[in-house]
Amino acid sequence: MTKEIIKIENLKREFVMGTETVHALRGISFSIQEGEFVTIMGSSGSGKSTLLNILGCLDLPTSGAYEIDGSSIKDLNRNQLATIRNEKIGFIFQSYNLLARTSAIENVELPLLYNSKVGSVERRERALKALEMVGLGDRIHHTPSQLSGGQQQRVAIARSLVNNPVMILADEATGNLDTRTSYEIMSLFQDLNKQGITITFVTHEPDIATFSNRTIVLKDGNIIQDNVNTKVNSAADQLAQLPKQED
Amino acid sequence: MRLLNLFKIATKAIVLNKTRTLLTMLGIIIGVASVIAMLAIGEGSKESIRTTISSMGANMITIRPGADTRGGVRQERSAMESLTLQDFEAIKEQASLLTSISPLVDGKGQVISGSNNWPSTIYGVNPDYLAIKVTDLQSGSMFTDAEVQSASKVALIGQTVVENIFTNGEDPVGQMIRFNNIPFKVIGVLEGKGENTFGQDQDDVVIAPYTTVQKRILAIDHINQVIASAVSEDDAPDAVIQVSEILRTQHKLTANEDDDFHVQSMEELISTFSSTTEMLTILLVAVASISLLIGGIGIMNIMYVSVKERTREIGLRMAVGGKGSDILMQFLIEAIMISITGGVLGVLLGLAATVFIENLLHWPTSVALYSIIISFAVCAVTGIFFGWYPARKASSLDPITALRYE
Repeated sequence: MTKEIIKIENLKREFVMGTETVHALRGISFSIQEGEFVTIMGSSGSGKSTLLNILGCLDLPTSGAYEIDGSSIKDLNRNQLATIRNEKIGFIFQSYNLLARTSAIENVELPLLYNSKVGSVERRERALKALEMVGLGDRIHHTPSQLSGGQQQRVAIARSLVNNPVMILADEATGNLDTRTSYEIMSLFQDLNKQGITITFVTHEPDIATFSNRTIVLKDGNIIQDNVNTKVNSAADQLAQLPKQED
Repeated sequence: MRLLNLFKIATKAIVLNKTRTLLTMLGIIIGVASVIAMLAIGEGSKESIRTTISSMGANMITIRPGADTRGGVRQERSAMESLTLQDFEAIKEQASLLTSISPLVDGKGQVISGSNNWPSTIYGVNPDYLAIKVTDLQSGSMFTDAEVQSASKVALIGQTVVENIFTNGEDPVGQMIRFNNIPFKVIGVLEGKGENTFGQDQDDVVIAPYTTVQKRILAIDHINQVIASAVSEDDAPDAVIQVSEILRTQHKLTANEDDDFHVQSMEELISTFSSTTEMLTILLVAVASISLLIGGIGIMNIMYVSVKERTREIGLRMAVGGKGSDILMQFLIEAIMISITGGVLGVLLGLAATVFIENLLHWPTSVALYSIIISFAVCAVTGIFFGWYPARKASSLDPITALRYE
């Protein structure tokens, strides 16, 4: 029996816009086990972003239950949510969100700066290890402007790993990258997943979903599909099949 | 630990925006520097007034006849003949807080020697005069009590008189001069004292025994003033009261009659003048404080822009676990660091400006420690005060909106 990382039950989120109430999520339920690689898909307006915000503890549901790693996030205040984000979640964004003019290692150290349990020596060690995991051990002092898009996203992935989260939450993480680089990043995600890291990947690109082992599809605030992917593509193989780039 | 991290984050942000930080600091730097320089000028002129007034005679107390305030034709002060040698003797014997005391009679006239002449003032005093006025002799000697008793025609002259009468550079001591046609033998030359605070030439004087001046020049037997020295500067106010009481008894004044004399210490004069410079200092500092205020607003402005510009960064920091209070502290520390660094640089610039003013404009300056402490404290407060609003704004951002901010 594997550990349940995410448990969602009858989750609803409503927004009041003037006199109208928008139902972004209309009572969805699912759970994610440790070690899963889940993609959440859906077109815009499907409630995918709302779900992502709630999964990332950036937003609270209107009703329903959400538990992450055994702790319920119902009735938590802003500070308690920040602590959960700091200790349990690793964020990866479409536009990387690295601090400009700040070296890769300092970017990776950032989440640990907000964790008073980690001292400066341990912080540096963990940041180095995370950068080595994403293959950037030799570029720790480069600033974002000296790195390519793919490398910047690797730094962001290292940043999401550095606090040893229970789950990595990626929001369109390959959206700004070309196909080749996207596959490289997906291959990295698959490697990380093989090492036992739970990944939730929000995307609207169907080919990205083929690299995960489970796909949840949202439409109009409901789950219309929740499939276990029996035939997981290897991103590394796909990468090898791409035509050679001519320089 | 947490604070140290926030401190690092804030330092990083400041270093990354060197030019902007420096320009923001400039407001504070100029504000603090001008406050310090203005206070230094104010303090300096206050001190210089004190020293010049003291040079006119430290602890000096002057007793003059009061103007006649009774009915009938009112007389001006100098026409009063109410101060007598008996008063002088009474004060000399009874006042315990005085060290030296001398009667003073003065008259204007022409000093003549050979073919030169010069209008000057003759002061009839006793040998205590030198001690009261804190004056030294350049050459010769002071007249003696015996010469006062015998109303000898001996005189001491000041530098201005020497320059205008003995034009050939001969030694005045031993020479004869005439004052209003009365011959005097010069027995000494006073050391130069220059002008006093009121622009009066303190060297344009002829000093002679008061008995001589009374009898041979003015033909009076009252005296114009009594001058005296208090035991110390602190005792001067008490000495004034003591002298007043002696004179009231001496003049047989009843309790409801006003004084018919006027006793004044140098201390009063100093405080009168100090209050004028103090007013001026307050004015200067007020103007300087306005620039400090504007510097503070500059910090607020930049911090506000900085919060806007770094909205995504704030969103990210919140997403990876930064609490509202962490963000608040980060921006507050940034503002305080800007203002305090600006304060330090401002103090240095202010001190440099003070040295510059002292050496190039030759204005007296004096840097008081309190001015440094105050402007420094004001700086820190400015940082907190003007940094608070933008920092508050940053900390209350919604991470979701902040992350998507373009």
